[in-house]
Amino acid sequence: MEHPLTRRELARLITRIENGERGAQDALNALYPHSGRARIIGVTGAPGSGKSTLVAEMTRVLREQANPPRVAIVAVDPSSPFSGGAILGDRIRMRDLYGDPGVFIRSMASRGALGGIAAATADVVTVLDAGGFEVILIETVGAGQLEVDVARIAQTVIVVEAPGAGDEVQAVKAGILEIADIIVVNKADREGVAQTVSALKMALDIAPAGAGHHGAQADNEPVQSDAYHWQAPILKVSALNREGIPDVLAALQHHAEMLAASGEGERRRRKRVEADIQARLRELLLQHALHALTNSDYQRVLAAADQRTLHPAEAARRLLQSLNL
Amino acid sequence: MTSSTEQQPGAPARPLRILIAKPGLDGHDRGAKVIARALRDAGMEVIYTGLRQTPEMIAEAALQEDVDAVGLSILSGAHNVLLPRIVEALRERGMGDVPIFAGGIIPDEDAPALREAGVAGIFGPGSPIADIIAFIRAHTPARD
Ligand code: B12
Ligand SMILES: Nc1nc2c(ncn2[C@@H]2O[C@H](COP(=O)(O)OP(=O)(O)OP(=O)(O)O)[C@@H](O)[C@H]2O)c(=O)[nH]1
Ligand SMILES: [Mg+2]
Repeated sequence: MEHPLTRRELARLITRIENGERGAQDALNALYPHSGRARIIGVTGAPGSGKSTLVAEMTRVLREQANPPRVAIVAVDPSSPFSGGAILGDRIRMRDLYGDPGVFIRSMASRGALGGIAAATADVVTVLDAGGFEVILIETVGAGQLEVDVARIAQTVIVVEAPGAGDEVQAVKAGILEIADIIVVNKADREGVAQTVSALKMALDIAPAGAGHHGAQADNEPVQSDAYHWQAPILKVSALNREGIPDVLAALQHHAEMLAASGEGERRRRKRVEADIQARLRELLLQHALHALTNSDYQRVLAAADQRTLHPAEAARRLLQSLNL
Repeated sequence: MTSSTEQQPGAPARPLRILIAKPGLDGHDRGAKVIARALRDAGMEVIYTGLRQTPEMIAEAALQEDVDAVGLSILSGAHNVLLPRIVEALRERGMGDVPIFAGGIIPDEDAPALREAGVAGIFGPGSPIADIIAFIRAHTPARD
């Protein structure tokens, strides 16, 4: 970038983007061509599994390397569906990163989005990417099986599991394992690690490798590139005791190489852009339609659907028709 | 009376972002957590830093999180030293305009000097939550 943003400017821009404030889209338009260079990693998993601690430790080890990358962390916590407020507590575990000018940490509330990240997370990542952060770690809200949207942004997804979850592990939850490129069994200092690892292995054996990976939707393209051979490794880590982190970083490196060599990285990237455009187009079309429809047409159809004389699908079709698109 | 109904679901595109931090070597975190939850329930996004934060850590978190206000919880007795240093650390980062407020065990006689130093509001035990929320709303004009 010609004028690198100061940290303060970066932080304020993120707020404007989060809020969809005036000028935010112009800034994004200008920054977008400068993005696309960062290594973007998603970290997801059940609440309390140790995502924040792991992210902090990964960052610390990365920053101790020779020629360390600049690292940005985007940590998402859930908004209350009742008040719309949130407590964003991921920074508590990231205390040790303080004072390193090569690290930037931003907490985000999910603001009603249900996929484990916020609607604006992708754009915030773009800003950090354009701002010169070479590694961007996205921590999702504590996720179950449906919160898999991070796979739409990240090149590599780490799923964090912790032992002692008992039967929950069985449930290790198809959805979330399907997006795992790397599986970390954290809290390996505790009992029950072996059981967790074998439960995970079993779950992985049942799920066909890479099935449904990274949001490939029903279309005529292959689910993944032929040359992409990747079996998500299961790594034992104790983030708290700083054990096993280099293995995670090595697996990330291998995965990056595999993504590059197989063409899978490129395929996923194109998919992501396409899905992003489609989602935004959907939103624009809806806004356009609601704007263009006359209120009386709209209210009439709404009332009919409410009285069950008109199925909502048919209602939507008629509204579309009346728009003469 | 208070504006606590202003930011109910659906309405706000822009929740206030408030940093709640515990400066110094002070392990009393109940009050900070009570306040964090109350502000969340009032529709605000609370960034909670946890215990044992230096003034520089707090200012740096406030900067990265681009918060609208900084709330400090201190029961250790070190408020006369730590709070002014936090004001200073924020000013150094160009955040002198971000309101700072505090709570915990802060004797009344210390309050004037702290206000003078730039702590805009002080809320000890028993302060009604509604007052704290009204204070924050009054000191954080909508941006843009
Ligand atoms: C519970 C308690 C503890 C617990 C703390 C548990 C925990 N995780 O929080 C334990 C037993 C661990 C403890 C230990 C100690 N304590 Co102690 N503790 C208390 C006690 C009895 C109650 C504190 C409390 O939790 N109150 C309930 C919460 C909800 O109230 P609050 O924190 O005041 O918060 C309210 C307001 O102040 C305000 N508020 C607070 N923060 C903020 C922030 C913002 C932004 C805003 C707007 C408002 C706000 O809103 C809250 C709700 O109304 C107080 C005495 C007292 N009556 O306050 C002593 C007290 C705080 N402790 C004291 C001391 C000395 C200690 C110890 C050093 C040793 C000792 N003698 O016991 C250790 C040190 C621990 C440490 N590492 O720092 C002294 C402090 C003296 C001083 N400051 O001059 C006190 C005042 C007791 C006394 N009279 O001597 N303590
Ligand atoms: N024993 C042990 N505890 C750990 C380890 N890693 C994290 N913890 C603890 O687990 C708790 C939760 O850790 P976090 O890092 O906050 O977990 P999280 O997944 O980010 O939690 P949410 O963001 O709330 O979903 C904390 O008390 C950590 O100290 C570990 O390797 N071993
Ligand atoms: Mg966390």
